[in-house]
Amino acid sequence: MGLEQFKNRNVGTQNYKMLDLGQSPETGMGKFKQVLDRTFKGELLVGLWVTMREMINALFKGQMHTVKYPFEKLPISPRYRAIHDMLRLLESGHYRCIGCGLCEKICISNCITMDTRYDENQRKEVSEYTINFGRCIFCGYCAEVCPELAIVHGPRYETASEQRASFSLFEDMLTPIDKLNLQQEYDGFGAVSPNADENIKKTPLAY
Amino acid sequence: MSTVNIKIDGREVAVKEGEYILNAARANDIFIPAICYLTRCSPTLACRLCLVEADGKQVYACNAKVKEGMEITVDTPNILEERRAIMEVYDVNHPLQCGVCDKSGECELQNYTLELGVDSQSYMIPDTKREVKNWSSVLHYDAGLCIVCERCTTVCKDMIGDAALTTVKRGGEALDKGFKETMPKDAYAMWNKLQKSVIAPSNGTEYTNCSDCGECAAVCPVGALVSRDFQYKSNAWDLKRIPAVSAHSSDGFQIYYEVKPASIENRNEKIFRVTNEWNYVSLDGAARFAYDFENTDVTKDEAAFAKALEAFKNAQTVRFNSVITNEEALMLQTLKEKRGLKLYNPEVRAFQKFLGYYQKASGNRFWTTDNDAIMKKSDFVIALGSALRNDAPGMKYAFNNVQKLNKGAGLYFHPIADTLIPSFGKNVECFTHKPGLEEAALYLVLDLFADKEKLPEEVKEYLASFKTTETKTIKEKVMKDVTETVVDEETGESKEVTKKVPEMVDKEITVEKNGLVDLLGGNSSTFTDTFEKMMKKKESFSMMIGEDFYYHDKAENLAKLIALIEETSEIDVVMAPPKANALGVALICDLDDEAEGYTIGYNEIGDFRLSALGDGDLDMPAMNQQEGTFTNISKRVVPTNAAVEYGGYELNDLVSELIEEGESLTVDWTVRLPASKGFRAIEFDALPNGYSNDGTENRGYLLKTSNRKAKTPSVEKFDEHAALEGEIVYRCNPARQFSDFSDKAHEIFEPFGLYASAEKAEALGEKVEVVFGNGSIVVDVIADEKMTGDITKLSDFKSAQNVYELFGPARYQTVTMRKV
Repeated sequence: MGLEQFKNRNVGTQNYKMLDLGQSPETGMGKFKQVLDRTFKGELLVGLWVTMREMINALFKGQMHTVKYPFEKLPISPRYRAIHDMLRLLESGHYRCIGCGLCEKICISNCITMDTRYDENQRKEVSEYTINFGRCIFCGYCAEVCPELAIVHGPRYETASEQRASFSLFEDMLTPIDKLNLQQEYDGFGAVSPNADENIKKTPLAY
Repeated sequence: MSTVNIKIDGREVAVKEGEYILNAARANDIFIPAICYLTRCSPTLACRLCLVEADGKQVYACNAKVKEGMEITVDTPNILEERRAIMEVYDVNHPLQCGVCDKSGECELQNYTLELGVDSQSYMIPDTKREVKNWSSVLHYDAGLCIVCERCTTVCKDMIGDAALTTVKRGGEALDKGFKETMPKDAYAMWNKLQKSVIAPSNGTEYTNCSDCGECAAVCPVGALVSRDFQYKSNAWDLKRIPAVSAHSSDGFQIYYEVKPASIENRNEKIFRVTNEWNYVSLDGAARFAYDFENTDVTKDEAAFAKALEAFKNAQTVRFNSVITNEEALMLQTLKEKRGLKLYNPEVRAFQKFLGYYQKASGNRFWTTDNDAIMKKSDFVIALGSALRNDAPGMKYAFNNVQKLNKGAGLYFHPIADTLIPSFGKNVECFTHKPGLEEAALYLVLDLFADKEKLPEEVKEYLASFKTTETKTIKEKVMKDVTETVVDEETGESKEVTKKVPEMVDKEITVEKNGLVDLLGGNSSTFTDTFEKMMKKKESFSMMIGEDFYYHDKAENLAKLIALIEETSEIDVVMAPPKANALGVALICDLDDEAEGYTIGYNEIGDFRLSALGDGDLDMPAMNQQEGTFTNISKRVVPTNAAVEYGGYELNDLVSELIEEGESLTVDWTVRLPASKGFRAIEFDALPNGYSNDGTENRGYLLKTSNRKAKTPSVEKFDEHAALEGEIVYRCNPARQFSDFSDKAHEIFEPFGLYASAEKAEALGEKVEVVFGNGSIVVDVIADEKMTGDITKLSDFKSAQNVYELFGPARYQTVTMRKV
């Protein structure tokens, strides 16, 4: 769908389909007759029957629509932006974060902080990482800017807890190593576009 | 200096004659890309990006000088093609670690890649494995990231003087011959060189044996050279830059403290590193690495404050050192005036006296030049009375820079031979004289440089009295004509042929010997020739005076001699104030010779101690925690700012309680600095702090100088027998150490001790007791490879050791050494 329709603000020229509502009675007698008509036509029973049918379907035919939250949860769109997850590399299990600090930089509510250091393997190590969820506005910029797809928004939208601290440290957000096989790739902001390969110019290599 | 008019991209600009095109453009806000060029160093021609078209010919802007009427085009299609190819070449195999690289966006490689629009790569070559190395206690080199622009080697050689780095073979594969035809010419040449080299310590080992100033890391355009401490600690964009002044040497280098919250747990701001405007100012190791000396976790301790007030009421003396702002010095002086306190500062007192002698003898309020001016114009420097490598980094840089850039020559007079100084240039002559003969050195300078017409008669006679003539027989090669009769074999004719044949003949010549040269440890028979060579094409002369002169028995005579030299020759003089703000203190405070009675020590020993080191009776803010001004060697009053939070009392709080004329803030005192000493009544907040594009220093203001014509000073003769003999100790700190504050910093490793040449250190053993006339000290012996000779250097940077007291009014003392 193009955007033309939305850009056309001149509503008067559009074609509306009018409902046939008939004529409203004008005399007192006419109005009285309409009340009688509607009362004894059985429309009330139609409504009652719909409720009854759904109840029977739900109770006896297994077509219940109510989600028993919090025991049941609906699947959530990959683009939903809830509490962050820190992902691991699938091959090595090492966390993906390289400590580049872009999320810290881009964060518009200044809620991300990280400490980094030079580790024994001559690499940059993230020694501590925290997000202040009291400030976070879940804008998704951190996930979008992350060059390693390391910080992403997860599906944990329940942000009530006894302690705010139970969300905010690196280990809390990091995929537990024993659940690495359950780690989902993220399709939201910042994910690689499906046609990414077509848009890349490859650098020639001599080997 | 005369100017020439040139046109850059159609814009007419007037620039200094003899200036490089690149510098001329930069001074006028015109952008010419360049990676390898450093403003105050010689052109390297490694990057070739600064290619421009001058009068229709392609030249490198960094080493082509401007000519009158020159028309320069910065970008032509051909040049743009060259530049793009060069940037593509730089990007070949450069690791894509930008995410973790410490340059974090300040990278020149990144900037120029984007600037020149490199969006695809046409070249390739197999990469070579290049190891990550730690060159010293502070330097970390990642060869993989290095683009071999040679800025580090250039700055180390041309500015710092250590020449500790060089390019070595990389062992990379040779370029494909095909590229030579297809690539732009300059890009190919640059790549060819790049592919062959990598940077390494020049002494052939894995480690640099240098002064650890870190200037190489400062100039690195990429993340290859980073301080070990800063590696992967923080992104550049997170750091807040606070302009300040280095609190250690008297150079008063402009620095930026870079701060951000210490960690996730500790949100107090901490200094992560120090950076500088490396095109205009080069730092020493203390300025760069001694930054974390702040007095942390201080709160207002009212009990201690009350005790301090009590102490001030009882006190007769305040003892302090030169790590103090002008404002604080003025507060102490006001206390002296109002409450009759004595001010005792052994670090500055001798210098203050010397400055007084000099002012009296010369009529000048200050010395006549400064290090920057020397670098800009001098081509002959004479250094006297200063252990250049240790005392005065700015002077060392200027001395070296003159040799390298101005095709200069230098004379270095000092009792301790230093192997580094002669390496500055081939025209550097070192005199290792006996301590006590400093006057003789000045007489020699007079003899060599003074206009004999202007000299007083008795000085002329005195100088002549050292001259002796000697007849000497030397062998000389003479071409002699020899006539022979040669018979031509074919024709049988004989003819006379004259040939020139070399012959050695004895010749008697008269050699003028200068007794002063021999007295100072030189060789007078060779010196005349050497000096003649040094003087070739020299126009501008400068003399550097160091701390030895201030702590000299004959300081007054030395000052007079300096004044006489200034008057009778073309030599400009610069003097190094001993440490930090020594000049400010010397100008503002009336110092006393002796401490007396109950003493308050401000960062010094005393009965009641105010201390910014955290170990005193009342805490004070350290130099990185307070605002104020410093007076530096360039006679400039420069502002410094607070980088780290401080929660306690300041000296100003005490002073406000003690006298009625107090001010609410320390910096309110800035306008009250004495105008009679050359200060100006400018509000602290109105002081500028920066450099403009052409390198002009806009920091604070210059002290007002005044010259009143003085009589030609009458100088005394010197006593040859005043030279010290025996076991001599020299009060001198290792490079990078100046005070307790530099010692407190975690990146300064130089220990307190007795520094000696390798042989001497071996003879002394590990530990010695040095016995002075008025006490003794037990210290570790540390070998300094760059020292030679028997004189040893005893550090003075720990105030608790009270080394100044042991040395008394001299910098050299004869002592006895006892092995411990």
